[in-house]
Amino acid sequence: MSDCILQIKNLCKKFGELKATDGLNLDLRPGEIHAVIGPNGAGKSTLIKQICGELAPDSGSIEFLSHDITALDVAARAKLGLGRTFQISSLLLEYSALRNVMLAVQGFRGASYQMFTPMAWDSSLREVAMQALTEVGLQQRGDVSAAQLSHGERRQLEIALVLALQPKAFILDEPMAGMGAEGSKKLTEFLDQLRHRAPILLVEHDMDAVFSLADRISVLVYGKIIFTGSVADVRNNAQVRAAYLGEE
Amino acid sequence: MLSINREQKLNLLIIVVILALPSAALWLQEPFYITLMTKVVILALAGVGLNLALGLGGLVSFGHAAFFGIGGYVAGILASHAFNDEWLFSFFGLQVSGSSSMLLIWLLAIIVAAIIAAVIGYFSLRTQGVYFIMITLAFAQMIYYFAIAWPAYGGEDGLSIYVRNQLLSLNTADPMIFFAICFILLMAALALVSMLRNSHFGAALQAARQNEQRLAAIGIRPFGIKLTAFVISAAITALAGALFADLNRFVSPDMLSWHTSGEIMIFVILGGVGRLMGPIVGAALYVLFEYYLGGITEHWGLFLGILLLTVVLFARGGIVGLIAGELKHE
Amino acid sequence: MPLTLLFEQLLNSLQFGMMLFLMSAGLTLVFGVMGLINLAHGVLYMVGAFACAIVASLTGSFWLGLVASLIAAAMAGALVEIGVIRKLYQRDHLDQVLATYALILIFSEATRWLFGSFPLYLDVPQILATPINLFGWFYYSSYRLFIIFVGLVVAVGLYWLIVKTRLGMRIRAGATDREMIAALGVDIRTLYTLVFALGAGLAGLAGALLGALQSVEVGMGDSVLILAFVVIVIGGIGSIKGAFIGAMLVGLVDTMGRFLLPELLALFLTPESAASIGGALSSVAIYILMAVILVVKPKGLVSANA
Ligand SMILES: Nc1ncnc2c1ncn2[C@@H]1O[C@H](COP(=O)(O)OP(=O)(O)OP(=O)(O)O)[C@@H](O)[C@H]1O
Ligand SMILES: [Mg+2]
Repeated sequence: MSDCILQIKNLCKKFGELKATDGLNLDLRPGEIHAVIGPNGAGKSTLIKQICGELAPDSGSIEFLSHDITALDVAARAKLGLGRTFQISSLLLEYSALRNVMLAVQGFRGASYQMFTPMAWDSSLREVAMQALTEVGLQQRGDVSAAQLSHGERRQLEIALVLALQPKAFILDEPMAGMGAEGSKKLTEFLDQLRHRAPILLVEHDMDAVFSLADRISVLVYGKIIFTGSVADVRNNAQVRAAYLGEE
Repeated sequence: MLSINREQKLNLLIIVVILALPSAALWLQEPFYITLMTKVVILALAGVGLNLALGLGGLVSFGHAAFFGIGGYVAGILASHAFNDEWLFSFFGLQVSGSSSMLLIWLLAIIVAAIIAAVIGYFSLRTQGVYFIMITLAFAQMIYYFAIAWPAYGGEDGLSIYVRNQLLSLNTADPMIFFAICFILLMAALALVSMLRNSHFGAALQAARQNEQRLAAIGIRPFGIKLTAFVISAAITALAGALFADLNRFVSPDMLSWHTSGEIMIFVILGGVGRLMGPIVGAALYVLFEYYLGGITEHWGLFLGILLLTVVLFARGGIVGLIAGELKHE
Repeated sequence: MPLTLLFEQLLNSLQFGMMLFLMSAGLTLVFGVMGLINLAHGVLYMVGAFACAIVASLTGSFWLGLVASLIAAAMAGALVEIGVIRKLYQRDHLDQVLATYALILIFSEATRWLFGSFPLYLDVPQILATPINLFGWFYYSSYRLFIIFVGLVVAVGLYWLIVKTRLGMRIRAGATDREMIAALGVDIRTLYTLVFALGAGLAGLAGALLGALQSVEVGMGDSVLILAFVVIVIGGIGSIKGAFIGAMLVGLVDTMGRFLLPELLALFLTPESAASIGGALSSVAIYILMAVILVVKPKGLVSANA
């Protein structure tokens, strides 16, 4: 399928004897939300790290927008349009929320070697960043340093950062983690709209969110995708219930 | 936003004091103190260079003596060739002479240091943490031992500059004029660092110190940012080295030794890491110790050690931090 | 080139390597277990040499001096650990570098104050003063041979300590998982002090052994310290095995470089330029070695905890 945004073929990654990714195939199509679910330690974050270039796979290939990106580094992949969020918020803690996002816009524009003008004076940077903050509901908190944001707000800031990159695919690692019921509900509605900008690869434990958002769901267990299908397929599949949803 | 904060007030005060002291010395006809203040200014300049890498980028370079010494040797070598009227090198008809022009010396010091820093940085910045510290140290040692073993320029004994180098038509031998030259360069370097700090580049550099993972994820390669900062930082320190050679009219491998690296670091830390004027305060304190305590006891290093230990253990923001409070962005 | 000369240089490499190992073992252990970069390690080398020289001159016995060097350096290490180093474990590397650099200043100046700037006198013990005949055709300094022997004993002893004993088990656990070992009820503070004192003692021993070959003076630890850094960076910081391999490599490259490079260059160049270029090159050879190794293996030859 050449119209895939992201295509992962035969990906393998071992940590010592542990096969964290074991011959994994996965794709992401235009306009869809593709959820990846699986128990703790299944290898979801490890998969995302390989997609985004933080970990090098032992073998296999990753294609993004018909480029083979397997050998590219993190920044190069981000520049191509892979926008990711982290399971554990990864922010610039000394900077204000606004400055965090401004830097992301700067990264997107490739303006990081401008040495002669103060970044704070760059009003177009500020405007775009403010827009992203407003979208996630942090417009009032722009001046607060990231270190002083609450846990939920940090999760929101993670999203604002990825919005600022205007990516061609969103790779979200448990965006709902620790958001609370109210926050999760809002974020679910938000992601539902976000899919119109770019497809989303969504790793998430919150099943309500997954079932209401996903076009397709892949179930990852011990580094392998054991099943891919629609929400209804997954609900009805005995293998999945046994492996993963068994306790429900 | 025209109101100025505490740190800016302190900065102004520092500049006023640096200017006032040599002027007073001139008036009192005590040229020695002008020279002493010139030393403060030059060492501060070296610290300003390191502060760019260390304070903004979090790059704990334990090898900045390499660049300080390179600046010194560029000055010494060019001057000695000019003095002896020998070719610097002559190669298949291409003959290059030495020079006693400060402008040329500075330019060459900056270029040579930048090239060497690019090489050192390229290797060192692939590593992290302690490895980076030790590798920068080791590279500096490599240059140090090379300078000792290479007999052409004095080896262990160093190299004398018989007449201070020339700048335009100024009388550089006049202490006050030489002070003014150094002071202007220090101010220029401070302006440069301050500009860089606030720029887009500076924002990325300070982000590299905080969280490289995040920086890469937003499409900014930390390596390039850090390498650029390292090179600029080295160039500033090399400029200081060239001035230092002219101040003493002498260069020796001492300028390249790891103690020098430690001392440049001390200027930055005593003053306050990442503070614009930190290196000036640190260098001033250092020279004060060296000169006044050194006049009382030859073991002034002991007290410097105690001061340094106290600052590291109990006053992590350095002196500027103590007076002006915590560092803030924007 | 006479074979005996080559052989002698090889043994010298080995002796130099063993001395470097004594020095680096503590450095790498302290980093591996406590995550601390300790510039003051060279000071402990100096303390050992001074203790040995003083006790040897008071009692007339080199051997008592050697024992004294171990004890004095270990005690100095323990005191420093309790007084200062302990406060640095939670700090970043920059603070560690500066605080331990401050310790160098303090110790060096205090020593200079107490003993003056003149080198102390330390002689090789009587029974090791004459060269020994090896294989019937080759004479070699018995004292240097003794240093090689001590290095080997320490290497084997450390291996045994770390791999076979309870203390070693705790050290290894401490290196991988600090919380876990604290949860096990091991007194982590005492463990750290012990490890630090052990490393200090070995550095002191190295200082005393080398003090008899070179001079016992303030600042003698500086260049050795940096060589030890090169060793542990090459070997992989935190690994004793790496330190041993690194020490042997550095000893070999440095000694043989100084010996062979000028001779090699003399094949192509005039004697003067061969001597000067060879000298310059050989004095930076180990740093080139380090750079090359780090390009290939950015974390050193042996990864930690081995
Ligand atoms: N750097 C690493 N070295 C060794 N093992 C690792 C490393 N990173 C992850 N692992 C192991 O690989 C497995 C997969 O980890 P991963 O973080 O990908 O799981 P996950 O599916 O994201 O789990 P969770 O739902 O808890 O986030 C786990 O067993 C983990 O312990
Ligand atoms: Mg995960």
